[in-house]
Amino acid sequence: MEPTPGSTSMIVNMGPSHPVTHGTLHIVLELEGEIIVKATPNIGYLHRGVEKLGEYLTYQQFIPLTDRLNYCSSLMNNVGYTVAVEKLLDIQDPPRSQVLRVLCSELARIGDHLVCIGINAVDIGAFTAFLYLFRERETIYDLFEMMAGQRLHSSFTRIGGLFRDIPPEFEPLCEQFLDSCPRTVDEMERLLTHNPIWADRTKGVGAITAENAVSWGYTGPCLRAAGVPQDLRKGQPYLGYESYEFDIPVGTTGDVYDRYLVRTEEIRQSLRIVRQCLDRLRQIGPGPVIIEDYKIALPPKEKVYTRMESLIHHFKLIMHGIEMPAGEVYSATEAANGELGFYLVSRGGKAPYRIHVRPPCFPIFSSFDEQVRGRIIADAVAVLGGMNIIAGELDR
Amino acid sequence: MVIERIEAKLPGAILDRHAFRGDATITVSGPRFLEVVDFIFAEGFQLLLDVTAVDQGPAAGSGGACGETPEYRFEVVYHLLNLVNQERLRIKVPVADGASQPSLTGRFKSADWAEREVYDLFGIPFEGHPNLTRLLMWEDFPGHPLRKDFPLDGGDVFCSQDIGASFDPEARSLNA
Repeated sequence: MEPTPGSTSMIVNMGPSHPVTHGTLHIVLELEGEIIVKATPNIGYLHRGVEKLGEYLTYQQFIPLTDRLNYCSSLMNNVGYTVAVEKLLDIQDPPRSQVLRVLCSELARIGDHLVCIGINAVDIGAFTAFLYLFRERETIYDLFEMMAGQRLHSSFTRIGGLFRDIPPEFEPLCEQFLDSCPRTVDEMERLLTHNPIWADRTKGVGAITAENAVSWGYTGPCLRAAGVPQDLRKGQPYLGYESYEFDIPVGTTGDVYDRYLVRTEEIRQSLRIVRQCLDRLRQIGPGPVIIEDYKIALPPKEKVYTRMESLIHHFKLIMHGIEMPAGEVYSATEAANGELGFYLVSRGGKAPYRIHVRPPCFPIFSSFDEQVRGRIIADAVAVLGGMNIIAGELDR
Repeated sequence: MVIERIEAKLPGAILDRHAFRGDATITVSGPRFLEVVDFIFAEGFQLLLDVTAVDQGPAAGSGGACGETPEYRFEVVYHLLNLVNQERLRIKVPVADGASQPSLTGRFKSADWAEREVYDLFGIPFEGHPNLTRLLMWEDFPGHPLRKDFPLDGGDVFCSQDIGASFDPEARSLNA
């Protein structure tokens, strides 16, 4: 990277390993004094070739790879992917599984927003809020551990449902979380919302008009902060989201401060949904969490060990995979960062012919240069945090 | 439906259409692609969500060995969303190996990186793109990884050579 000829500008590398990049990404900043003249993001450090790998794995085997896209809310990626495969198969998971999927998605959304706000604050220098928020995130991870047996890489969903139900001790802890999390969010708001330093560092930084945000392909909290009330949970409901009560917070200026406010309100709205999920689970009562079609989902272990038929199904499913119809689908879900899309092309056979992930932060990050041009380095740090760039899904 | 309006306004532009599982899809011929995009942009499809491609296999377009060889090797796939009525549209454009595709960077800012990614992973050039360089792979990376004839292990697992590494055409494939 060479500075523009004849200029007195200086090149500064932010990353690939820098405390504020939270992941591995590299930004080349061209500076005139402390003013950014040009920012060139250089991505791909975390490129694992997920899409290429997907062409050689069965549909079921791809689920663990989705954990590693947005690793702050891996459960939501699991849900997004299985919803896409189910669309291709034209099947629906049982009602209990749908509620559990909504429940874990919203918990993951809360966790993701907590991390985003906490990290954004800590990068700017507000360390205290970060500690308060990470205490709550710890509880969310405990809940994930109970659900999926894993804290980070959950792989909780299966095609046609979930791999198991939640244990009995889940509910009391979740109730406890529903009690403590709003208080933590209030505490965080007391620390940040009216804090003049926080306001100075975030208001007007990274401001974007609604029209420009749409042109850049923004989705999720960053688009809503710019004033566009676009949320797939309302606009194109899936998993029965239309039957839950919640509101869509919308900002006005699209700056880092508005993104913070939108995320804060979304945490509260997600808590409302979690509350409704718990009530619904009680209403529905125990039941299957995966469809009983043994051409798609594995039969229960007791049956595999005792019945010939089930053993054959198990063998066929593991060795030959699911009989997929030929066709192509694009399925999108509202992930914490925005629209998470999966484009699947099937030509029959056990592996997809082509699998493509549309990560929400990829188009958002592409606008980085425009967002920071003419501003100081410290603003670049604030913008990067407000965008919530997760290198895992950015590079795939 | 927007597809009917395209057909009424630009007859002959749509080569093929289908709606598998409710996904409205049209195949548009390359030369008329920009016309169609201009029209649907005015119709409200202003969020270009994604640009990607599908490789039909190296045999496609060259007459090939198998009977059902598609005429073109690549399909560039665009996903668009109408924010007002939440309608989605998928546009596919057939592109031959070595041919280029007009860039949408003048219309959508999100096309910038998305097209760079397709160029990087498939080797499809986009005409009119202001900065068509590799995005995810490094500059002198040999080949385009998402092409079907690119081996899964990269051909040069230990990165011992730059170009012309061991190449195994019999690479494991579940699709074969």
